[in-house]
Amino acid sequence: MRTRLLINIARSLLMARWKQTLVAAIGVTFSITMFITLLSFMSGLNDLLDGLILNRTPHVKLYNDITPKINQPINQLGNKNEHNFIGSIKADASRQSIYNSNAIISAIEKDPRVLGLSRKLTAQVFFNDGTIDITASIFGIDPMQETKLYHFDEYVTSGNSADLNKVNNGIILGKGLAEKLLVDIGDAVQITTSKGNIFQLKVVGTFQSGIKDFDNVQSYASINTVQKILSVPSDYITSIQVKLKDINQAPAVAKEYQQLYETDAEDIQTANSQFETGSSIRTLISYSVGITLLIVAGFGIYNILNMMIFEKMDSIAILKATGFSGRDVKNIFIYIAISIGIFGGLMGLLFGFGLSALIDQIPFNTASLPTIQTYPINYNPKFYMVGIVFSFITTYFAGWFPARKASKIDPVVIIRGK
Amino acid sequence: MEKILEAKNINKFFHDPVRIHVIQDLSFSINKGEFVSLTGKSGCGKSTLLYVLSTMDTDYEGTLLIDGEEMPKKNEGFLAKIRNEKIGFVFQFHYLINEFNVLENVMMPGLKLAKYSKAEVEHRAMERLKILGIADLALKKANHISGGEKQRVAIARALINDPHIIMGDEPTGNLDKKNSDLVFDIFKQLAEEFNQTLLIVTHDPSFAERTHRIIKMEDGKIIS
Repeated sequence: MRTRLLINIARSLLMARWKQTLVAAIGVTFSITMFITLLSFMSGLNDLLDGLILNRTPHVKLYNDITPKINQPINQLGNKNEHNFIGSIKADASRQSIYNSNAIISAIEKDPRVLGLSRKLTAQVFFNDGTIDITASIFGIDPMQETKLYHFDEYVTSGNSADLNKVNNGIILGKGLAEKLLVDIGDAVQITTSKGNIFQLKVVGTFQSGIKDFDNVQSYASINTVQKILSVPSDYITSIQVKLKDINQAPAVAKEYQQLYETDAEDIQTANSQFETGSSIRTLISYSVGITLLIVAGFGIYNILNMMIFEKMDSIAILKATGFSGRDVKNIFIYIAISIGIFGGLMGLLFGFGLSALIDQIPFNTASLPTIQTYPINYNPKFYMVGIVFSFITTYFAGWFPARKASKIDPVVIIRGK
Repeated sequence: MEKILEAKNINKFFHDPVRIHVIQDLSFSINKGEFVSLTGKSGCGKSTLLYVLSTMDTDYEGTLLIDGEEMPKKNEGFLAKIRNEKIGFVFQFHYLINEFNVLENVMMPGLKLAKYSKAEVEHRAMERLKILGIADLALKKANHISGGEKQRVAIARALINDPHIIMGDEPTGNLDKKNSDLVFDIFKQLAEEFNQTLLIVTHDPSFAERTHRIIKMEDGKIIS
C-alpha cells in the first residue's frame, strides 16, 4: 500500500518531466546498446580467432619427442658438486612412432573424459616441380575423425575430404602449395621422400587454413598412404590427438597420459597460451569501455535527478510536513532512478540485439578465412544479463546520492523561506 | 479539560551568525477544542515557536507533549508519523503538488497513514471538500484553481486524518479580505461545530481578536 503510494508519487514526478526523463533513459539505452554490441562483436571476433587455432588443435597430443638422453654417462661419474659441460650421447634416431599405439588408442577411447581421438603421422617430403623441389610435409589423417573433431571439412575449399579414403594415393594440398605446383583437382604430383623413394599422388582437393604459411607447406593424405610413403607398418603413427569434453582438464589429462603411456604429452593450454591472453585482454577492454559508457549515463541521471529535486523542493517539503519520512522521500527518488535504469536498460538490450544482428549481416570476406561470410557476432545471453544488471546498479547509485539529498531537505527551511 | 498540546520550558537558540535566544523558557498548553491565535510583531519568535511545536524543528531545549505523549528529538521516522496522524498543517503558501489533482492532494496524507482503504480515504476527502464548499473542484489539477481555493484545498488536506490539532502559519497572509474572511469562517466553523483544536500564527489583529484565546509574544516570551 505505502510502497504503491510512493511508486505512484514517483511516477507522477517522472511524468511531469517526461522529456528530461526520456533524455536520461536514452543515455542509458545508448550505453547498454553499445555495451551489448561491443561485447557481442568482440567476443564473436575472439571466438573466430581462437577457432583458427584452438578448434584445429588437439586438447592433448601424445607423441615421442626428440630429446637427448637425460642420463649422460659423464653425469654418472659421481662428483655432484661439479658441473659438466659435455654432452656426449646425442639424441638418436630412435622411433618417433608411439609404442603399442593400438592398445593405447583403445584404452583412451574408453576414458569417459575423452570426446574423441584421431591418429596422425607426418612425413617430410619434397614436391618435385620441374627442376625445383619444394619442401613440405604430408599429414596422414583419418578424414572422417578429423572432420568430426577438428572441422577439417570447413577448410577444404575445393574437392571433398572423404575422397582421401576413396581415391588411391589421394592428397589434399594447401592452397598456396597447389598454386606453386600449378595443379588442380585430378592432377598428379610427384614427391620424393627423405629416404629417396619417389611416389605419384593424385590431387583430390585443396584446403585453406586461414594461416597462409601453413597453406604453403602442408598437405593431407590418408594414414595408409603416408604409411606407404614412409614404408612403415600399419600401426606406425607419430601422434595421437585427443579431444576432451572439457578443455580445462587438458593439463591434468596430459600429465596423467604421459606417465601412463610413457610418451610425451602436450596440452592445449601450454601449446597456445598466447591466445588465451589475447582473448581475455580484448574482453577486458570491451567491458571497460561498456562500463565507462554506463558511468557517463549514470552522471546524466544524477544531474537530472538533482535538477528535479531543486524544482520539487516545495513538494518534498510538504510531503515531509504531512508525515512522509526522509526514507519515504529517498525511496521515491530511488524509484525514479531505477525506473529510468530499467526502462533505458531494456531498450538498450533490444537495440543492442538489433545492432549486433545488423553487424552480423555485413559482408566480411577475407582470403584467409574461407568459411566466414559476415562479421562474427556472439549472441551470448550472459552479455545481456550483465548489461541489465549493470544498468540497474549504475542507475541505483546515480539515484542514491540525489535521493539522499532530498531526504535530508529540512521542510522548515523551505516553508519559512517563502 | 483534555490537554492536546503542552510545552514545558521551551528554549531555542539561533547560532548563526550570532547566538540569539529566540524562545526564552516558554511554557503553555492548549486544550481540546480551543481556537488559539499566536500573535506578535515580526521577529518575536512566533513562527519559530510554531515549528518547534510542529515537531519539524527538533533543535530546541525543553519538553513537548502532544496528546500527553513526549516528543523525542532524534527519531525522525516517529515524528513524521506523529505529524501524519495528529497534526494538520496550513501554511501561508498552499504547497499543493501540481502533478496531482485536488482530490489526490487531499488524499495524500490519508494514503500515507493507510488507516483506511483507498476508497474510504477518497470518500473522506470528498466529505471534507464538501464541508469547505469546493467539491466541484475535486478533479481539477492543483495549479488550475484560484489562490483562495488552493488555501481551502490545503485546509481539506490538513483535515484528512482527523488531526488532534491544526497548526497554521499565517494561513491568510497571502489572501485578499474576502478570502481571508472565508478561511477564518472555516476555522471558526471547525472549532465550534467539529470541536477541532487550532493554533494559528498571525500578525493580523482583526483575525486574532475573533479567536477564542490570544497568545501574545514579544522577544521570545509570552506577554499575555
